Amino acid sequence: MSSLLKITDLHVSVDDKPILKGVSLEIRQGEVHALMGPNGSGKSTLAYTLVGHPKYEITGGSIEIDGVNVNELDPCERARKGLFLAFQYPVTIPGVKVADFLRHAVTNIRTPNRKEGEGLIPMREFRKELKERMEELGMDIEFARRYLNEGFSGGEKKRMEILQLAMLQPKFAILDETDSGLDSDAVRVVSEGLRKLSGPQMGSLIITHHERLLEYNVPQFTHVILAGRIVETGDASLAHELHNHGYTAVRERHPAEAAEEEERQAKAKKAVGVGV
Amino acid sequence: MSATLSSVRPTSFDAAAFEQFLATRTEPAWATDLRRRAFEAYRESLVTELDPEEWKRVDIRAFRPEKFSIPAASTSTGAVETLLADRAEFAGAVSHSDGTCTRATLSDKWAQQGVLLGNLSDLIQTHGDILKPHLMTRAVKPDADRFSAWHGAFWTGGTVLYVPRNVEVNEPLYSLIGLGAEAAADFSHTLIILEEGASATLLEETSSASADATGVHVGAVELLLAPRSNLRYVQLQNWNDKVWHFAHQVGRVEADAYLQWTVGGLGARLAHIHQEVFLDGRGASAEVNGVTFATDKQLISYYTQQTHNAPNTRSDLLYKDVVRDKARCIWRGMIKVAKDAQRTDGYQRNDGLIMSDTCRVDAIPGLEIEADDVRCTHGATCGRVDEEQLFYCMCRGLTRSEAMHVIVEGFFQRVYDRIPVEIVRETLGHAVERKLGIGG
Repeated sequence: MSSLLKITDLHVSVDDKPILKGVSLEIRQGEVHALMGPNGSGKSTLAYTLVGHPKYEITGGSIEIDGVNVNELDPCERARKGLFLAFQYPVTIPGVKVADFLRHAVTNIRTPNRKEGEGLIPMREFRKELKERMEELGMDIEFARRYLNEGFSGGEKKRMEILQLAMLQPKFAILDETDSGLDSDAVRVVSEGLRKLSGPQMGSLIITHHERLLEYNVPQFTHVILAGRIVETGDASLAHELHNHGYTAVRERHPAEAAEEEERQAKAKKAVGVGV
Repeated sequence: MSATLSSVRPTSFDAAAFEQFLATRTEPAWATDLRRRAFEAYRESLVTELDPEEWKRVDIRAFRPEKFSIPAASTSTGAVETLLADRAEFAGAVSHSDGTCTRATLSDKWAQQGVLLGNLSDLIQTHGDILKPHLMTRAVKPDADRFSAWHGAFWTGGTVLYVPRNVEVNEPLYSLIGLGAEAAADFSHTLIILEEGASATLLEETSSASADATGVHVGAVELLLAPRSNLRYVQLQNWNDKVWHFAHQVGRVEADAYLQWTVGGLGARLAHIHQEVFLDGRGASAEVNGVTFATDKQLISYYTQQTHNAPNTRSDLLYKDVVRDKARCIWRGMIKVAKDAQRTDGYQRNDGLIMSDTCRVDAIPGLEIEADDVRCTHGATCGRVDEEQLFYCMCRGLTRSEAMHVIVEGFFQRVYDRIPVEIVRETLGHAVERKLGIGG
């Protein structure tokens, strides 16, 4: 039976400011969902909340995996239950080699009950697998010896996220603007990489502004988020429409959310003292 | 300046004790004279304050010298636990326990080429002519401060390495300083003399036989590098957390010689190391690495100086400190460049990583430059373990504590990368893991 990631009426605040105001979403293993929305609508907040960033406080609603509420689980426990976030801004871990880091990660994800200090996946087996995944993604094996994201270009970092995705084989992958800040070649590499990894074993939630990633990974569902609520859900053609025509039509169809969005932006500008 | 007698700090190392101690020694007259001068300096130093620049952040009021004494002979039977001893085949080794030499070996291959590796107490009798020009004359001077004077009067032995001209000892050598007896005072002296074009690697560690015996180490390290010589010297301080560690350590590097010096600070209740490198000849170069990991209530303090006395010299110091619990690490660094030392390239950097709310790192770099054509840079960073790094690691299935440990090990990696001796990298990594409470 395929697994289900179920988000029900999720409310999330950051520093006591409500950002998500009732998001509901169901993602099954094997499905591709696109999440689109203007800047500041809550896309990244949803991504961080799903994997358990401590700054994002759930004030209502639930996140469930196969009926088990994960609201109170820390990021490590959620990862071991099969959640994965490909970061928009991958973090550098100085002095920690990619291979060493991934060997720990892979072992923990595959043996979720492992405690620190217990054995790691055998080196030979791990190296072989890592090498294969890197070759599939067109990555130089030399990267395994480098320090994680240290001195990596934007494209290299994003590719490293996809490599981790490939190694960890999560049930649910959230891709937070994995295609942003990349030149078109890099977008193609990342898009193809993701397509190769997609399959019946992985459900994905792709957060993107661009269409390229979705050309390679055609979503069955496209969700539009505005002012912290999912206001529309459609198929791939909705993503196409938003890409070509922007959010004007969406805002017209949802005037209440559009007004909230405008109000929030005005406040934000005032707060940082930006004149218009 | 008047000093009242009442300000004399109590010590069991008084004139009577000194004469008694001298009576147990068999040494050439020049060595005894050296001790007497040092003892005078020590007596004087007891009524003067320690240099506030060096000591103001290091509180040693709880240190009571009178509680410690030099063990008559090695009384400890328990073997000290070593980090390094079994990790490699050493071409020679010297071990001391409670100030007494318990072992000194050197493979024939090197002995036949004139290399000396042994105990200072023995070699001062058999090879006094070689040691005399170097012992506490050029590097650690007895009148430098209270601790160097104390050491100069009472040194008990220690490891001596002498490598003759153009002999390149390409196998590592080992030295162990062990403490076993309760309330023992250790006065080990490490003296390394490399003649022109010589090279060697000496790995030294300090270790306690028991986890709860108190003790004090008043040590000195002298590294004397003649022109074109090349020395790698490592000292891992790994006492139990009851031992007081005071060390005066000086390297003098002559023209085109290269010193690579790595200091590991893991143990001791309180450790204060006065570490100086002098670049005395044109083209001299020194790299200094420090790995410090202080936990519980440990205080580990360094006072480092890189002194450039000649043109075209280079020094490069990198210290990395991790503190946890209520521990504290202090680093006061200084690069000095003499007027004639043009085209000096000096670098110093200390990075501190804080693992808990109740620990602290003080890092104070400094420059004193008299030449006008130099490149000197310094820096210090200090911060907590980054929450975003922890979050990222946890998102990949690492527990918070595992993530913390991975980040700490990564933090030290930058120093390990500078250490060419693999067993030293491994040993430091292993020791850090053990202190973190992971690994075997």
